[in-house]
Amino acid sequence: MTSAEPSLKSVRLRDEIEGSGINEVLEQLDRELIGLKPVKTRIREIASLLLVERVRQKLGLTGEVPTLHMSFTGNPGTGKTTVAMRMADILHRLGFVRRGQLISVTRDDLVGQYIGHTAPKTREVLKRAMGGVLFIDEAYYLYRPENERDYGQEAIEILLQVMENQREDLVVILAGYASRMETFFTSNPGFRSRIAHHIDFPDYGEDELASIAGLMLQQQNYSFSPEAEAAFGRYIALRRQQPLFSNARSIRNALDRARLRQANRLVADLDRALTAKDIMTIEPADILASRVFTQGTPDHGP
Amino acid sequence: MRITQGAFSFLPDLTDRQIQAQVQYCLDKGWAVNFEYTDDPHPRNVYWEMWGMPMFDLKDAKGVMMELAECRKHHGDVYIRLSAFDSSHGWESVRLSFIVNRPATEPGFRLARAELAGRRIGYSTSAYAANQPEGQRYK
Repeated sequence: MTSAEPSLKSVRLRDEIEGSGINEVLEQLDRELIGLKPVKTRIREIASLLLVERVRQKLGLTGEVPTLHMSFTGNPGTGKTTVAMRMADILHRLGFVRRGQLISVTRDDLVGQYIGHTAPKTREVLKRAMGGVLFIDEAYYLYRPENERDYGQEAIEILLQVMENQREDLVVILAGYASRMETFFTSNPGFRSRIAHHIDFPDYGEDELASIAGLMLQQQNYSFSPEAEAAFGRYIALRRQQPLFSNARSIRNALDRARLRQANRLVADLDRALTAKDIMTIEPADILASRVFTQGTPDHGP
Repeated sequence: MRITQGAFSFLPDLTDRQIQAQVQYCLDKGWAVNFEYTDDPHPRNVYWEMWGMPMFDLKDAKGVMMELAECRKHHGDVYIRLSAFDSSHGWESVRLSFIVNRPATEPGFRLARAELAGRRIGYSTSAYAANQPEGQRYK
């Protein structure tokens, strides 16, 4: 966006908000993402900043393109990818990225296996991300201090260059665990200074996880019977204490297994006349069969 | 002599902004854009070298322009053309192709006449640039 002669004398923010449709995205965020209060507050702040920035550009008060690169830190399953997708939508609606697609990559997509392989690979990804958002999951893997000949450094240099010189073409979001991202930023100070917004994703509480489970089931046209709901509450409390707990992702996997057991239970009695309610309802038996209750270990991995 | 191949070749050379707008049109249609280069300007030369892979899955023309800048860095002194391939069923062919880079000077073609039997005359053209071996033309 280039500085234009001020063609407008005044702008009403309400018209701007309604014109961009940004409120729908923010409301959808509130509705579909449970908990994450600090994240939602930060996103609203960023959205307001961008809105004001856009108005400033319309009034000819423009400085330069604001730096929009972000880092999302938090434990697995706390909704980093989901929020990144919404972020791409918000940025697109406010006109800060041209197309609004989200390209989600990890180290494997950026770093090559032999000399001369990394640069084309990274450039390939950057080309696809142009005009949109590049989401680098577990970004700290890019930097491997134990191996000084690691090709990750090459990818980092290309990324830094594009993040600096083509700020109007793409937005980079780095994501990963808080502690390891901290080490990553300490060893790559160039990244920290190019990232304007650091957002921390807190872990979910037990009641938040329970409402996430309810929402997930509702989206798949299932529901808990009241006893099953209580059983799942106990399941969450136990599962949270165990290793490899990854928040909403563990909940989704637990629900998938409950659906499996429910299907097994239904198939066991072939002559029964089933109603839609029978097929939709998850009974306590489907949950209590989990190994979390009997042996205190998760069923299958995280 | 300015060679005219592909679309837009009777217009003045497109600026980068105009190229970008054309590329965006191709991408919006879902065509895969790629670059080829050659130093043999003969119109019957169909064997242009590919510059990298055709670019699938791109959304924004800026990515293609990055690649063009890269290609110009290495082959800025010869011809580069852009072609857009439509993979949809029933088309499966190049839908748009135009020259995006040409040498600073284009010496043109020699016309050779051959006198054949029965007072017939055969014509052939050859590029002056092609007198040099491949890779040493337009230096």
